[in-house]
Amino acid sequence: MTVELLSANHAAAMAATLAGRANRRARGFGGGVYPITPQTECIELLCKQEFDKGSIVRVESEHSAMAVCIGVSLGGARSFTASSSNGLAYMTENVYAASFYRLPVVMMAVNRTLGPPWNIWVDHGDTLLLRDAGWIQLYCEDNQEVLDSILLAYRVAEDSRVLVPAMVCQDAFVLSHTMMQTDVPAQELVDRYLPPLELPHRVTDKAVTIGGLDFPRETEVHRKQHEEALARVEAVYAEAQDEFERVFGRRPADPVVPYRMEGAKLALVSMGTTASTVRVVVDAARERGLAVGALRVRMYRPFPAESLRRALAGCERIGVLDRDISLGLGGVLWSELATVAPPGALLQNYMIGLGGGDIRPQHVEAVLADLAKRERAGKPEIVEVG
Amino acid sequence: MAEPLLQEAPPSTQWHCDPVLRAGNTNCGGCGMSIGFNFLDRAIRSRKVQLVIPACCGIVTPGQFPRSAYGVPVVASCFASAAAVATGLAHVAHMNGEATRVVCWAGDGGTYDIGMATLSAAAERDEDVLYVCYDNEIYGNTGGQRSSATPLGAVTSTTPRGKTLMKKDIVAIMAAHRVPYAATVSLAHPEDAVRKFARALDLGGFRFLHILSPCPTGWKSEPAQGIELIRLAVRAGLFAVYEVEDGRRVTIDVEPDLSDEALESYFAQQGRFGSGRVDFSRARAEIRANWTELRARARTETTP
Repeated sequence: MTVELLSANHAAAMAATLAGRANRRARGFGGGVYPITPQTECIELLCKQEFDKGSIVRVESEHSAMAVCIGVSLGGARSFTASSSNGLAYMTENVYAASFYRLPVVMMAVNRTLGPPWNIWVDHGDTLLLRDAGWIQLYCEDNQEVLDSILLAYRVAEDSRVLVPAMVCQDAFVLSHTMMQTDVPAQELVDRYLPPLELPHRVTDKAVTIGGLDFPRETEVHRKQHEEALARVEAVYAEAQDEFERVFGRRPADPVVPYRMEGAKLALVSMGTTASTVRVVVDAARERGLAVGALRVRMYRPFPAESLRRALAGCERIGVLDRDISLGLGGVLWSELATVAPPGALLQNYMIGLGGGDIRPQHVEAVLADLAKRERAGKPEIVEVG
Repeated sequence: MAEPLLQEAPPSTQWHCDPVLRAGNTNCGGCGMSIGFNFLDRAIRSRKVQLVIPACCGIVTPGQFPRSAYGVPVVASCFASAAAVATGLAHVAHMNGEATRVVCWAGDGGTYDIGMATLSAAAERDEDVLYVCYDNEIYGNTGGQRSSATPLGAVTSTTPRGKTLMKKDIVAIMAAHRVPYAATVSLAHPEDAVRKFARALDLGGFRFLHILSPCPTGWKSEPAQGIELIRLAVRAGLFAVYEVEDGRRVTIDVEPDLSDEALESYFAQQGRFGSGRVDFSRARAEIRANWTELRARARTETTP
């Protein structure tokens, strides 16, 4: 294991490379790649790697990037791609297809504002657009987490009890272009962590049609099976955490990451790097005697409803900090948190840092002050920080 | 013009246990796609084939999950994605030392229109993929709307007064990518057709075959007349039977007689051309111009 100074883009490329090489003993590794700011450095580094048994295809669009991953995966090999923002929107049809084929494709997504007008800064709206696609979605807070999550994502996605694709999300520039000390594990450790991929339904000589015609009866069964697979993810994830700790000596975070939630009457819930700023504010508020804690939703799909329900059990006031907006409704995370908040708790939505606005401690302080004093929940609010 | 029969071509059962297109498929009677599959079948022999079929009639062909009327493995891809999914499969086969031939089988909508960027990119990368377009000149699966393969004068559900534009020259477009092999396949010339399928299966790199595929439903023609219609299209010079190697060496495989009689008969036997909807002199002028150009290419590009 060596500690290197890496951006999250390069950390992701290193994770994909190690995972790809680990499958040299099976059917190899591949994927289609296409550049988009702020993901490009990831695929550039990936294209510089040598593989004994691997092939990175430089395609003409994100739509085809995922289609190549689908072909690679259907052939029984491990596959990877990366994208962002409008690239994900353009890719969407095949994002769904990869999942409906039940392929353990892993994709790194850099969260960036959807346009036009063009804006390259962080916003979670792009990957949340894909929340219903039947993928696992993990949102990261630092570069080590990005690298570790990609390895963990392969372990979970390729498990025969799961077999759905996984998306590892990270915030544009805040992580993607920020260098941090990152442990890059040795190949032999990754070899030990990731068993050779054996896709039970890979294309062989058998005369079957994969992805042919469903009637309602078949679709009902396929959706039910898919939903059951996603319901098994949390348990498989826990095993993958244990095994990760055994092999690499550090433990990836839980699906829901609590911070100072002991005895908390107020909670601030967020995703991605927003959580880092929230922690600073929680520390200061605890100094002042306010019983406040924070939750970071790391696994957004499958939605960790039970973990959230447990974590929020004693809370009277919950502020949800969305870095996204479902236009015409409010925050996406908030709308789903409403299904797990304790009955009677005050649940208030703050959409903060839209379009990459820099979320500073004073902005979160203001949110907390508002949450602590308000008499009842109001409409979702856009907090302007830009 | 020689009109060879299938007597020399071996029956498919001699080479592998199931034909590419098995009984129980849902194709309409007289569908050109079915005939195309039979030619592919005769060319496959002992080769291992994986098909990638994007959204098109060919994806209804196998019937309802989990049944499949195809005798080979098939991946049903998204509409625009056949060439990219095939790319992935071909790379994995290659890195595992497998001789599997990956074949895309797509309609004109998935080729000329929505799949064009994907197709062009796969051709530019010279992927080890055989791409077959069965071109019935409409969006058949959705009930017969115009595509950029729809010919001049054809009535479709979205060109009720007949199309006023020419169809794209897809083989010229693909040959311009300098792919190892691009050819047209006439369903009325089985020996030439099977030879081309076999050639295309054996070559490495990107190969493209274009089949003019009768659709009795969309063409408003008699199912039993499909082969005759193709024969007329070839005779009239409307559908040129030729091949292009490495994007440069052009060989004309069947000489047309360029007769008005063949052209008139071709139009007259299809309800889609209505009565008097085709600008006959414009169609004839286009055919003459196309052949002047094709003959020039066949002459100059074979000269060292």
